[in-house]
Amino acid sequence: MQPTDDMQGDLELAGIDNLELPIASRQSLPWRIWRGTWPLLAAIGVVLAVWQILVLTGWKPHHVLPPPIEVGQRLVENLTDSSLLVAIGTTMRRIGVGFGLALVIGTLIGIAIVRWRVLRTAIASLITGLQTMPSIAWFPLAILLFGATEEAMMFVVILGAAPSVANGLIAGVDHVPRVLLRAGRVLGAKGVDAYRLVILPAALPSFIGGLKQAWAFAWRSLLAGELLVIIAQQPALGVRLQLSRELADARGLLATMIVILVIGILVDALMFGRLDKAVRRRWGLLEATE
Amino acid sequence: MTATLSAREPIPIDRGRRDASAPPAISIEGVHKIYGPRGNHVLALSDISLEVQRGEFVCLVGASGCGKTTLLNLIAGLDKPAGGTLEVHGRRALLFQEAALFPWLTAAGNVELALRLAGVPRRERRAEALRLLSLVRLQGFADKQPHELSGGMRQRVALARAFAQKADILLMDEPFGSLDAMTRDLLHDELERLWTDGGFTVLFVTHDVREAVRLGDRVLVLTSRPGRVATEVSIDLPRPREVGDPVAAKLVAEITGRLRQEVRRHATD
Repeated sequence: MQPTDDMQGDLELAGIDNLELPIASRQSLPWRIWRGTWPLLAAIGVVLAVWQILVLTGWKPHHVLPPPIEVGQRLVENLTDSSLLVAIGTTMRRIGVGFGLALVIGTLIGIAIVRWRVLRTAIASLITGLQTMPSIAWFPLAILLFGATEEAMMFVVILGAAPSVANGLIAGVDHVPRVLLRAGRVLGAKGVDAYRLVILPAALPSFIGGLKQAWAFAWRSLLAGELLVIIAQQPALGVRLQLSRELADARGLLATMIVILVIGILVDALMFGRLDKAVRRRWGLLEATE
Repeated sequence: MTATLSAREPIPIDRGRRDASAPPAISIEGVHKIYGPRGNHVLALSDISLEVQRGEFVCLVGASGCGKTTLLNLIAGLDKPAGGTLEVHGRRALLFQEAALFPWLTAAGNVELALRLAGVPRRERRAEALRLLSLVRLQGFADKQPHELSGGMRQRVALARAFAQKADILLMDEPFGSLDAMTRDLLHDELERLWTDGGFTVLFVTHDVREAVRLGDRVLVLTSRPGRVATEVSIDLPRPREVGDPVAAKLVAEITGRLRQEVRRHATD
């Protein structure tokens, strides 16, 4: 090829490369934050408005259904004296340990099932069965086995969350595009390398989906456990709910419920939501939804 | 069948690298491949024989069902023949119609993964990946994710990844089939340039006869169901070739005619 021809080919290639690149549209940060938060703020506003209207209709007496403003005041009070913070601390420590164990156990079970076909037929359907079992149904057995202890709670949290972790991993591995498996084989990824470098990274989006679901199950199981298993000298969020009901303290009850709801949402959004979004952005799966 | 040279100034091709004494890069003798259960099986390839010399660029054309992909999988070692002998001398890399890049890695990361699996030490990988990317003229796109690249660029990253395997035999399965005509033309020039400089062997499967005549030293026409080599056409035209060239156009017409004849044969199946 003549040098000039070659240079022209080079320019043409570079030109078509640049023309075919997607144009990235970047919006300013405050605008993006606002776009992400106003629907949430609006939804909260609607809920508070309905609550206030319900109070104004006089459907239930004030000490049973207090107005949102009084519950808000109580929430601020409880947060400033240390009682609520200590309870949050206990519950968060438990969920941290329980979810962490569920993550490790669920991942190991998932890998084992993916690796050995026999295991799959043996226990894969059992795992799905475990997921449909309401976690609260496990507590009587857990208390018989472990007594009214944290072990009983951990037992139920792990039973609730680990199957979701395992299922997310299994589904992810099952749905790795065949063309990527083929590419991995052609590149010479065999055995452990095939899992470490191709199959598990490819399964990541589904695995994160599993983690999200596992978090919801773990949080529910733990709160159920804290209602049933009350350990002395261990103030926890579930214990506060139970105590408030016994004292007919509707303000304290609702304030604690709001804390539970907010923690559930924040962990889901800030940890798993962010992780999920980061992975999907990296893979280029986000454009269609944004 | 040999075509005469066109009026264009001939480009000397280094025929010396096709060493007659060296064993052929790919040598296939009487290979069969059967699919499906016994009693209800389909003969995908029947008694297929072909040789590809070291440094040669051979195109395989055939209508649907000729077992092109099956044949490439056999040569790539992804599958085993039911009978016959198959010898490959050299390291193989397989490219598909989809670039099949790993979406969680950047362009350079994809190439580095191939280097890692080829045993290249970690500290040398990045520099080598960048060198290979600049070979396919993607030096500025090393840190882009695959979804940020166009189809043609992804296919070039896949090509760089194949080079990272230190492959001297490229098996290409309709690699440009899903690209638009202009990108495809540019990639033909690009592949030809790399092949001329690199001295590797190419077995290129396509259903596009013009593409085969544009690129191949030889074009093998396969029959369908079962697949076997029906005709072989040598393309002794200087490179780079113009598809508008009358001699090339005549060859395209001939090969297309042969393919159509093959398809008609199956009208009464």
